[in-house]
Amino acid sequence: MSEDLKNLQSDLVVDARGTACPGPLLAAKKAIGDIESGEIMEILSADEGTKSDIPRWCEKVGHEYLGFVDEDSFSRLFLRKE
Amino acid sequence: MENETTLTMEQLQKDLEKLQKKVSKIENNRKDQLSIALISGDMDKILAAMIISLAAAAMDTKVKIFFSFWALSALRDKKKKATGKDFISKMFGMMLPKGKNKLKLSNMNMAGMGPMMIKMLMKKKNVLSLDEMFQQAGELGIEITVCEMSMDLMGFKREEFIDYPNLRYAGAGTFVADAGESAMQLFI
Repeated sequence: MSEDLKNLQSDLVVDARGTACPGPLLAAKKAIGDIESGEIMEILSADEGTKSDIPRWCEKVGHEYLGFVDEDSFSRLFLRKE
Repeated sequence: MENETTLTMEQLQKDLEKLQKKVSKIENNRKDQLSIALISGDMDKILAAMIISLAAAAMDTKVKIFFSFWALSALRDKKKKATGKDFISKMFGMMLPKGKNKLKLSNMNMAGMGPMMIKMLMKKKNVLSLDEMFQQAGELGIEITVCEMSMDLMGFKREEFIDYPNLRYAGAGTFVADAGESAMQLFI
């Protein structure tokens, strides 16, 4: 799965590496309006809690959470907009 | 015979209306809403309340915070002044922190060293400052209500509070009503 994610072409990349909890979640919420339904958003986060927060947010509001890829000092989290 | 049928229909309609009212009441009892009664004026507790509120708002949950008692210090604007206060109100005003950046920690306050260190750490670890949190809260439509009674008790005046979108003033009944229809209620 993570191999597929690495090659995934995101429609929008949200860089939230400069902010701690709940910054990445806020950034994701703000940016989701900028993409269309079915498009893919990628969130960059250096906050470990985001890995649990983003899937829960997706579950709640209906987006499809695709998973994350760990980089050296941050993670890339992917989702498909409802 | 015809008369009987009409009666039953009427009865049925009444029953249906009753049922509809009950259902809507039940649905309203557990709105996707977070109500917080924020009493503490400790910096750490206000921080916790704001972080939870922002996370909830980001997750599309409606958030209503009822600021009461010591928490009111966090809503004071250090640049604003209220006039016409009596002696005790003036004393309270002098002794209580003037604004969210002057709050104390519930632990390790160490005469102001603690809050200073926490603020430094927050900056270093990219945590939003309290000022930024209130800014974001306003943008996300988080509702802040000031408890009229505690405002009055502590001698605060409306004109000394921060500029916040639609800052409301209300009594405990409003909190109870809000909390009653919220799926989540917190007392901090």
